[in-house]
Amino acid sequence: MTLFKHELKQNRISLIIWTAAISFMLGVCVLIYPEMSSQMGEISTMFADMGSFTSAFGMDQLNFGEFMGYFGVECGNVLGLGGAFFAAITGIMLLAKEEKDRTVDFLLTQPVSRIFVITAKYVSMLVQILILNTTVILVTAISILAIKESPDLKTLALLYLAYLILQIEIGTISFGISAFLKRNGLGIGLGMAFLLYFMNIVSNLTEEAKFLKYVTPFGYTEGAYIIPNSSIEWKYMTVGISFTILGLVAGYIKYSKKDVS
Amino acid sequence: MFAIETTNLTKYYGKSRGIVDVNLSVEKGDFFGFIGPNGAGKSTTIRTLLGLISPTNGIAKVLGKNITEAPTDILSNIGYLPSETVFYHGMKAREILKLSADLRNQDCKKEAETLCERLELDPSKKIEELSFGNRKKVGIICALQHQPQLYILDEPTSGLDPLMQREFFSILEERNQNGATVFLSSHILSEVGRHCKHAAVIREGQILVSDSIDKLGHTGVKRVMLRGIKQIPEMMHTKDIKVENDIVQFLYDGKPEQLLKELSSLSFEDINISDPDLEEIFMHYYIKEEK
Repeated sequence: MTLFKHELKQNRISLIIWTAAISFMLGVCVLIYPEMSSQMGEISTMFADMGSFTSAFGMDQLNFGEFMGYFGVECGNVLGLGGAFFAAITGIMLLAKEEKDRTVDFLLTQPVSRIFVITAKYVSMLVQILILNTTVILVTAISILAIKESPDLKTLALLYLAYLILQIEIGTISFGISAFLKRNGLGIGLGMAFLLYFMNIVSNLTEEAKFLKYVTPFGYTEGAYIIPNSSIEWKYMTVGISFTILGLVAGYIKYSKKDVS
Repeated sequence: MFAIETTNLTKYYGKSRGIVDVNLSVEKGDFFGFIGPNGAGKSTTIRTLLGLISPTNGIAKVLGKNITEAPTDILSNIGYLPSETVFYHGMKAREILKLSADLRNQDCKKEAETLCERLELDPSKKIEELSFGNRKKVGIICALQHQPQLYILDEPTSGLDPLMQREFFSILEERNQNGATVFLSSHILSEVGRHCKHAAVIREGQILVSDSIDKLGHTGVKRVMLRGIKQIPEMMHTKDIKVENDIVQFLYDGKPEQLLKELSSLSFEDINISDPDLEEIFMHYYIKEEK
């Protein structure tokens, strides 16, 4: 518990900033919807008519004129990318920061096992992701109530669930990579998150790149599928969960035997 | 019983050498100095003993237990001071001490306070506000506050002023008298000579010698100084020859009667034959023998 609390405390500023930024942006997106929708006639046709740009963001499948269609696209950009960045940064720093900041000697010569240290750190990341998502959900829920929209709750819940699992996947893979790093991996984490996001855009553009949806977690958070079908594409998510387990196991195995310096 | 016992302990970092076949025995209750030049393998040995790195070969037992089998048991009885004392940014010294105590499930508040007083550390300061020496003190208190059986200290006095060094050693000596074992690495040969009972010298990853300070001080090597000599005498068994004006100095590690025979054939004005001091002896292990 001591270590878990210590970890949370260490990362609290980053957590607060990311949570506030994502909640604020998504909240604002919701609040400006009534304004947007009154002009939506033109915008909708405009967005639907931008060729590959439209399909890249899944806007060919979503009705931008409806609240859920609008929210799906905004959510994908704000919570999807923002949450992925937060998870990647937190995960990639989780183990590597001890060696980078040279605090590893202090930490690992306390009478706690490596497995215990890894677990405390990993759980603290999960809790941080949960805190971020809970806050985001609360803020958007209040915003939705404020503009008097009543979206389908099941669809909304699935959308949030998909993003939560996406963040856990990216966080866990970053954590796995983190175990192998000696120094700062921030670039690797952010680069990976961005690359995965980009992969999904490419996979939306051409049929040949469709297989990328198995690789990137953004494949199963696609609002363009979740909203009209009110379900998640499980075939993509199953692969994502497998990557998550792989990252977790790799992190544990590597770090429990690692020569730290 | 040994507090530290290693058998052919070897560590390679990939292909580069860390330590090779290190055999060390440190008895319980000992005050042991571990000396050697930079990069000799002192820290590698220490980090292996603590389980921070795993040995390529060989066995290390600390407090009677194999380091690979019971690392947490061992660590709970060790006070370790790393050579570089770095802590978490933004934390106060007091919070660091508390964190360490909490991770050990021990209440060290009183002892920490006493130590802060003795070492003159203000624990309400943030780590980044502290000077190098004061940060070192936080590390020292972290290693001492839970009153372990074994102290492993990697260059403990670097950065401490002479007064603090004295206080620090007097604390260590008190602990040692109460039965704790002290194992410290150092560059400062005089402090090892003054405080330690035993010492080992490591160079290029290998232990050159490990013995009691008394025995190390009586090696049979003599420092010979000749005054009023024109040229360097050609003799066997001489090392570290220094020439200054008409004074020639060297170390002699052959048989004494041989030395007298050789000297009798030389002409000089004055002679002084003495035991080299401990620092000089250690220094000889440091300097690579030239062939």
